[in-house]
Amino acid sequence: MQARDILSLTPAGLYCPLADVHIDPLRPVPRALITHGHSDHARAGHGAVLATAETLAIMAARYGEGFCGTAQAVRYGEAVTLGPVRVTFLPAGHVLGSAQILIEAGGLRIVVSGDYKRASDPTCAPFEPVRCDVFITEATFGLPVFRHPDAAGEIDKLLHSLTLFPERAHLLGAYPLGKAQRLVALLRQRGYDRPVYLHGAMERLMQLYGELGIALGDLRKVEPGGRESLGGAVVLCPPGALQDLWARRFPDPVAAFASGWMRVRARARQRGVELPLVVSDHAGWDELCATIRETGAGEVWVTHGEEEALVHWCTREGLAARPLNMLGYGDDEAEAEAVAEEAVAEPSA
Amino acid sequence: MNDFAELLDRLAFEPRRNAKLRLMEDFFRTTPDPERGYALAALTGGLSFRNAKPGLVRALIAERTDPVLFALSYDYVGDLSETVALMWPAPSQAGTGHNASPPRLADVVEGLSMTAKTELPGLLARWLDALDETGRWALLKLITGALRIGVSARLAKTAVAGLGGVDPNAVEELWHGLTPPYEPLFAWLEGRAERPEGLVVAPFRPPMLSHPLDEEEFSRLDPAEFCAEWKWDGIRIEAVRELTLEGRRIVRLYSRTGEDITGSFPDLCEALIAEDAFVGALDGELLVLRGGRVESFNVLQQRLNRKAITPRLMQEFPAHIRAYDLLGEGEEDLRPLPFAERRRRLEALVARLAGGRVDLSPLVPFASWEELVAARARPEEAGAGIDAEAVEGVMLKRRDSPYVPGRPKGLWYKWKHDPHLVDTVLMYAQRGHGKRSSYYSDYTFGLWRSGPEGEELVPVGKAYFGFTDEELKELDRFVRRETVNRFGPVREVVHTGERGLVLEVAFEGVQQSTRHKSGVAMRFPRISRIRWDKPPREADRLDYLAGLLPREGTMKTRAGKT
Repeated sequence: MQARDILSLTPAGLYCPLADVHIDPLRPVPRALITHGHSDHARAGHGAVLATAETLAIMAARYGEGFCGTAQAVRYGEAVTLGPVRVTFLPAGHVLGSAQILIEAGGLRIVVSGDYKRASDPTCAPFEPVRCDVFITEATFGLPVFRHPDAAGEIDKLLHSLTLFPERAHLLGAYPLGKAQRLVALLRQRGYDRPVYLHGAMERLMQLYGELGIALGDLRKVEPGGRESLGGAVVLCPPGALQDLWARRFPDPVAAFASGWMRVRARARQRGVELPLVVSDHAGWDELCATIRETGAGEVWVTHGEEEALVHWCTREGLAARPLNMLGYGDDEAEAEAVAEEAVAEPSA
Repeated sequence: MNDFAELLDRLAFEPRRNAKLRLMEDFFRTTPDPERGYALAALTGGLSFRNAKPGLVRALIAERTDPVLFALSYDYVGDLSETVALMWPAPSQAGTGHNASPPRLADVVEGLSMTAKTELPGLLARWLDALDETGRWALLKLITGALRIGVSARLAKTAVAGLGGVDPNAVEELWHGLTPPYEPLFAWLEGRAERPEGLVVAPFRPPMLSHPLDEEEFSRLDPAEFCAEWKWDGIRIEAVRELTLEGRRIVRLYSRTGEDITGSFPDLCEALIAEDAFVGALDGELLVLRGGRVESFNVLQQRLNRKAITPRLMQEFPAHIRAYDLLGEGEEDLRPLPFAERRRRLEALVARLAGGRVDLSPLVPFASWEELVAARARPEEAGAGIDAEAVEGVMLKRRDSPYVPGRPKGLWYKWKHDPHLVDTVLMYAQRGHGKRSSYYSDYTFGLWRSGPEGEELVPVGKAYFGFTDEELKELDRFVRRETVNRFGPVREVVHTGERGLVLEVAFEGVQQSTRHKSGVAMRFPRISRIRWDKPPREADRLDYLAGLLPREGTMKTRAGKT
């Protein structure tokens, strides 16, 4: 049996015919395994869904309790048998509940890593490298210019700016799931114990993280139509809100944005960001390369992102590699994510 | 270097003019000589290093990275300095055993000008090892000669002027007598020394600029208060001729930004030296005239941006000045006088000139706006005659306007021709550079013609602006979604009669071209509208462009502005 017999590419995404399940399907399917709660991976309307309890909770908060036919929670490391196939969810270190999925069949081990990172994150379990024959990886930051610096240093830039401009509110654009909570946790780790203010679209998931046991300290809502200038305060908002009417309620705010994209200056300028913070929930170039080596895989499939460079690197390392050119997770995944997140979250804002 | 790098980095992210000024002023106030002076030179484009070229940087990175990974990264980032700064590998810990301290800007400037060419790569590599990412980026920007941080030379001079609370034009007028690191300038601005007068012969006077005419404002203007001139499609030039104390005749030619371009026009310079009737400063348009006829901008371009100014080049493309203002005569500053008065003085001066290299830009007579509208529509019949193809509209100048440097409101207006429009089909896309980097923002578009196998699209031009940031994202998505082929960094997008994207392109004119497959080159093309609604088969045909070719515009053209 070959890897391609176990996992194939269909218009709905990766499909395992032996178990009749799709992984992170792009359209409604009868049976789905979901790696994590970001809306381009976790969509509503499937029949049966298998995912971690946290991912299921995130999906329920997003789409309502009836987001699928039946939901089954799985613990990290717990093997589930689906016919001739054994699947195991393992931590991916991307966001709370995120998982890699190990698929074992016909003597082959295939890991679908979903989105992942190797840097430490106080809000989720760290990535566990798994030995496998085929490693399926993303390549969102699959270029050697994407070397993410230490996140604590980036948080210090924000703290420094707060002391430089104590009269200006610091609007910190961040994706509402994962990044926002990680930033608050990092701020707390650096000793920042003042209240952190939230755009309306940030509240629900922030609250959910609290319910799932992630302590984030004093969080407050920005009152609708409030006159308070929140000078010297950190205000978390979705990236799109930085250029929004919403941002104009603050006199002369500092526009900050935490994302791996901020590594490239033009990207930050295109968004009108003054204070770019390079904090990423995706693996940077060095992490991608190191992870591929650690898995010991002889074959690498690259799902989306800058696949060309990573495939080239693998080939040079003597690994069989192929790009899957998967659309739908977006060439520009983070951007797609931001748009999708806002579309979902905005009604409550 | 670190402070300077940080300044550049912050300037690059700061969109607001006033905040940029504050950042620079703070830097100049708190940074010692000569570091701040070299920084000023860098910000005003006054540093160039003969031996340090982008090629040197490319060679250094090629030794350290995989060529394919570098090419992909460069294509993505769209900026050589930044790509190298990001990819530069950390120096091996086991290496030389000591951590070199990062260089000062003064070390860099001196090092680059004093070091032998063969030793430059080693020196540069040591600096890059010692600097952090921001420092590497700033150093490489400096070396490759393009800071592109949204700061003009003028803005940097304005910030320096702020140090002494003086008008930026006062700095501008001294500028050409000063050299980096500008210690006398800083000493004067900080009140520690006298104004460094007398250093400049034939100084630059910042030009007066116009506003585009807004139709609504137009209706409120009184024609009796204005003069009209043709707006020539050349480049703005200021010609200054002075006598030194020893009686030596000096001529300087300046671009509109104050760059000294005398060296590029020895023919013009020599002719002006001989004009003993002229001591003062002329404002006008630099044009190529042949057989008494003004040539198009395309022809002028073959004279511009040439490194070697050969006799043949000068003979084939003789440079002229079409004068439209007189800023000074003898010792007298004419700029406070009303335009009508300056114009009389200019006419009298041009009449005294003998060499035929300077002539007068004629006034366009009109009694009512209707008459001016008619003249603008048909310049060949309203006095421009055979020069009509070099006219790109009309200028309106208030008769009583003094000559105010900068872009004052309500005095001068430019009223350009409406552009041509054509519906084209998007064929290829490439990632952009600078502000547009990492998006597919350079578009090659085509028009229909009959080919051997039926209707076919032939590429006619390339455009990379004219759209909003929102539209750019949509175009980028379209390109990614509809790619049918890849040629290195270029993506071919679907372009059949039924499927594809129609782009309405605005342009200023066309010229025959041997370099384009289509045989025509468009002047200044930009996207004016995205026609998501229009099927490609309804786009325009190549015949339409060919019909716009000038009567005898058969020159070989060098496409596009460089």
